[in-house]
Amino acid sequence: MLSIGWYILASVIKSAIVLIALLTAVAYSVWLERKVVGHMQNRWGPTRVGPFGLLQPAADGLKFLFKEDLTPPHVYKPLFLAAPFIAVVFALTSIAVIPFGNGIYIKGKWIPFQITTDVNTGLLLILGVTSIGVYGIALAGWSSNNKYSLLGGLRASAQMVSYEIALGLSLVGVLILAGSFSLNDIVHAQQGHFWGFIPRWNIFTQPVGFFCYLMAAYAETNRIPFDLPEAETELVAGYHTEYSAMKFAMFFMAEYANMITVGCLATLLFFGGWNGPIFGPPILQALLPVFWFAAKVFVFLFLYIWVRGTLPRFRYDQLMAFGWKFLLPLALVNLIATAIAVVL
Amino acid sequence: MISVHLLLFLAFGGVAVAGAVNLLVQRHPINSALSLIAVMAALAGEYLLLGAEFVAALQVIVYAGAIMVLFVFVIMLLNAGEEERTSGSRVAILFGVPGMLLGSLLVAWVVLRHSGTEAVAVGALPGSPKTIGQMLFHEFLLPFEVTSILILIAIMGAVVLASKPTVAGSPPKKVND
Repeated sequence: MLSIGWYILASVIKSAIVLIALLTAVAYSVWLERKVVGHMQNRWGPTRVGPFGLLQPAADGLKFLFKEDLTPPHVYKPLFLAAPFIAVVFALTSIAVIPFGNGIYIKGKWIPFQITTDVNTGLLLILGVTSIGVYGIALAGWSSNNKYSLLGGLRASAQMVSYEIALGLSLVGVLILAGSFSLNDIVHAQQGHFWGFIPRWNIFTQPVGFFCYLMAAYAETNRIPFDLPEAETELVAGYHTEYSAMKFAMFFMAEYANMITVGCLATLLFFGGWNGPIFGPPILQALLPVFWFAAKVFVFLFLYIWVRGTLPRFRYDQLMAFGWKFLLPLALVNLIATAIAVVL
Repeated sequence: MISVHLLLFLAFGGVAVAGAVNLLVQRHPINSALSLIAVMAALAGEYLLLGAEFVAALQVIVYAGAIMVLFVFVIMLLNAGEEERTSGSRVAILFGVPGMLLGSLLVAWVVLRHSGTEAVAVGALPGSPKTIGQMLFHEFLLPFEVTSILILIAIMGAVVLASKPTVAGSPPKKVND
């Protein structure tokens, strides 16, 4: 049992490491997206700054810092300034309960690879934090006092409230199988193999649940094909039309951090978390799970970009009909079928 | 001795009360709605201190994350402007503030008289998802089902009210999609 001082110190160090890793991942997923989409469209993507354009995120960051930070005169100032902070803070907070691996013994003390201790309602906490994140977008749209921004904000809040229900329901099947809200327990329930060779991942027992989760999560993060809140062809840039410099970058950071959280959650809930082949000396055995976890999250980030490079955007009425008339009933049927199967 | 627990309780309580007062004082509806969200979040913190982590999470997801989003949505959609002060609001302040003080004093007096003032130990009350589920589906099954039927009726009522009336005799208008 750690004393409270040690506990706080360990938490601060872990938070710093995770935040730095997360922000680096955010910066490089922007680079990855530009590169991959570029190649898909027969272009090169960034090539000028560093080898393969690898220093492009640093150049982008500097540019965002040195751009003029404009506040238009007609905005509602307190909320206009607060909105990007709300978006980015809640996007970064949800990473706190995500476990990245088992943990490691340092001088006889067990350090879990997770910022918080294993809270019993970890999954609910993530859902709660992400559901509050919508205020950043909604308030940005409203306080900009611009019709395009307002439309973007309205679309975002309607879309996120609608898809949150399907998102929550799609996860209940996994919860029934694991019998716990704790993310660690859910991952531990996926250890082992079916018939000796297929990993016991929830994707094989809950394919419909995974489909619903993926669709709803794409809608929650406002990514193509659900990026109606910032549809360039109709709304200029949607809710962040009036934002410039670092405030604009904060919305970008929030979006990519949310993408990473979605990838982490999909990995934990449906793809066995950090489970994978473990071998080698003890230090490698402790770090390999983190590697498997990161690799699986990377696959989801790539999928996001792949989908972005492939699919066109929904129309708004199609979006609402898809969410309410197809995804929600499908998630409900999946839930009932899972419950019946577990009882039998 | 002041424990961390008491400090957190006072902090969350302070935020909740300040948010509630701000809700009344602010004249722009969107500021009031945001203060209400702060109150909800602070209440979730208080639930956590009681060891009711499930209720705390639901408080955030349902109230702060869903219902208040719809509040804000409606305010944004109607583009409601600042309220104007009328003579009615002066009357409300004149009678409302002393009445509210009196009421809260009365409640505090009754609560302090009829219960112990010691804090509840964390985890002493049922609050884990498992116990809540068992209570809902065993002890309180009937109220639970009745409430869900009530909500179903409310949903159906909302659908009926929101759907466009069709003129009798003419076929229902086809919506283009």
